[in-house]
Amino acid sequence: MPPGITIAADAPALSAANTGFMLICSALVMLMTPALAFFYGGMVRVKSTLNMLMMSFISLGIVTILWVLYGFSIAFGTDHGSLLGWQGDYVGLSGIGLTELWDGYTIPVYVFAVFQLMFAVLTPALISGALADRVKFTAWALFVALWATIVYFPVAHWVWGTGGWAFELGVIDFAGGTAVHINAGAAALGVILVIGKRVGFKKDPMRPHSLPLVMLGAGLLWFGWFGFNAGSWLGNDDGVGALMFLNTQVATAGAMLAWLAYEKIRHGAFTTLGAASGAVAGLVAITPSGGSCSPLGAIAIGAIAGLLCAMAVGLKFRFGYDDSLDVVGVHMVGGVVGSILVGFFATGGGQSEAQGLFYGGGLGQLGKQLAGVGAVLAYSLIASAVLALLIDKTIGMRVGEDEEVAGIDQVQHAETAYDFSGAGGGTAPRTATLPGPGADGAQTKKNKKVDA
Amino acid sequence: MKLITAVVKPHRLDEIKEALQAFGVQGLTVTEASGYGRQRGHTEVYRGAEYTVDLVPKIRIEVLVEDDDAEQLVDVVVKAARTGKIGDGKVWSVPVDTAVRVRTGERGPDAL
Repeated sequence: MPPGITIAADAPALSAANTGFMLICSALVMLMTPALAFFYGGMVRVKSTLNMLMMSFISLGIVTILWVLYGFSIAFGTDHGSLLGWQGDYVGLSGIGLTELWDGYTIPVYVFAVFQLMFAVLTPALISGALADRVKFTAWALFVALWATIVYFPVAHWVWGTGGWAFELGVIDFAGGTAVHINAGAAALGVILVIGKRVGFKKDPMRPHSLPLVMLGAGLLWFGWFGFNAGSWLGNDDGVGALMFLNTQVATAGAMLAWLAYEKIRHGAFTTLGAASGAVAGLVAITPSGGSCSPLGAIAIGAIAGLLCAMAVGLKFRFGYDDSLDVVGVHMVGGVVGSILVGFFATGGGQSEAQGLFYGGGLGQLGKQLAGVGAVLAYSLIASAVLALLIDKTIGMRVGEDEEVAGIDQVQHAETAYDFSGAGGGTAPRTATLPGPGADGAQTKKNKKVDA
Repeated sequence: MKLITAVVKPHRLDEIKEALQAFGVQGLTVTEASGYGRQRGHTEVYRGAEYTVDLVPKIRIEVLVEDDDAEQLVDVVVKAARTGKIGDGKVWSVPVDTAVRVRTGERGPDAL
C-alpha cells in the first residue's frame, strides 16, 4: 500500500465496484495458502507430504483467529511510537460499522481487514518450506501463533500502517516484498539455523516426490497472486492496480525464462521444478516493485530475480544450512532483489512520484529501500531464531531421529498421503478386529458408532 | 527343462512376446523390475541438486522350455530384445527339476 494516497479530493464514498473487486482479491489471496501447500507438498518426499500440506494449512486456522482477536489492531490500529498499532474498536473486529470506510479509500474497513488477513495467513505458511520433514506439529503451531504476534503484525504496521516508521520514511512495498517475503525468508533462515539439518542432508537423495503437484501449486499461486498484487491498491479508480496486474504477469514470465535459461546452461536441462521456481521467484520480486515500474522494467526485474534466485538456491549446499525447499533462496533473495530494484526502476508515474536511479531519481529511493530491507531482515531473522530457541528449550522443535526417518506423516498425523499397498497389503479398519460388545466398555461404544 | 530369464528394456516387451509366440512358446511370466548393469543409471537435476538414479526400470520375462529348445530360444529372446544401445539387459537359462500344471497335476514337459 502506498503512502499518502487519497482516491478523491472529497471524502470518499463506498464504492460497490471496488468493494466487490477487493472481496474477489481477498478470495484469490486465500487460495495462495493451499496453493503454497501443494507447491511445497510436491517437493518433499512421500513420507512427509501431509505434514507439508498441514504446516501451510494450519495457518488458515491459527492466524485467522489471532487476526480477529488482536492482529488487525496491532498491524493497522492507531500508531504508537512508529512500531506498533493498537486500537480498541479493532480488537475482536467488534467496534466497526458495516459501512465504515478504510481511511482514505472507498472500501469498508471489514473488506480491508479481510484482505490483509489473507496476507497474514500466507506469510507464516511461507516459512514452513524450510522446515520440511523434521518439526513437531505442535511446535510449529505454537511458532506460527508467536511469530504472527511478535513478528508479522508489527512488521506489517511498520511497512503499511499509518505512522509505521517504514511507511512514513517512504519505503515502497506495494504488496509485501518486505513485509511478506523478506520477512518469511529471513524467519526461515533464523529457524533452520536453530533446528539444524534433516537427517541425511547432503547424503540421502531428497528429490521431490510429485512435480505435477509442484506445478499445480505454482500455477495456483500465480493465479492467486493477481489478487495479492492487483488488490493491494485497494481499488480501481486510477489504473495503478491494472499496471500491477500486467507487471505481475510479465515479471513472472521473465523470471521463469531466466531461471530455465540458467539451468539449461548450468545443468543441461529445462526442468519442471525450475519453471515453477522461476515463476515464484518472479512473483516474489514484482510484489514490492510492480506498482512503481513500467512493464519493460518488470520484465527486467523478473529476469534478474529469476537468475539470482536460481543461483541462490545452491547456497545451502555451499554453506551447509538445510533450507529444505529454498524459502531463503526464493523468497528472501527474491524479496530483497525486488525491493532493492525499486530504487532503480521506479518511474515516478505509478503508485508514487518517487523515481529510481534509472529514471533520474538519484540514490534517495534506493537508500530508503535498503533501510526497509535491512531492518525487516534483521528483526525477523533474530526474533525468529529466538522464538525457535525458546520453543526448542521448552517443548522441543524436532521429532526424534527415528521418527524423522520413519516419516513425519505417520508419527505426527497418524496418516500417510498415498496407499501403496500391493497384494496382501492395505489396512483393515481397526474396529473390525476389535472384540465384540462387552469386552471393553469404551471400545464397545466406538464400535457402535462405526456400525451406525 | 530349463527356465529362461530375461531382464530387458520395458519397451522391447512386445517384440519379445511376438518372437516367443512365433517360436511356439505357450506361456510366459512378466514382472516389472529395476536394476543396473555396467553402465549404471542416469542423472536427474532438481534445482541444481544432481541425483544419480542407479536403478532404472526393466522387465523380467520368465519362460519354461524343454531342454532341446533352450539354446535356440535364448537366441530368439536376445535378438528380439536387442537395440544396440547400453542397458539392453541380460538373458540366461538355468536347469529346472520339476514343473507341475496346477489344474491337472501333469508333471515335467507335459506341464509346459
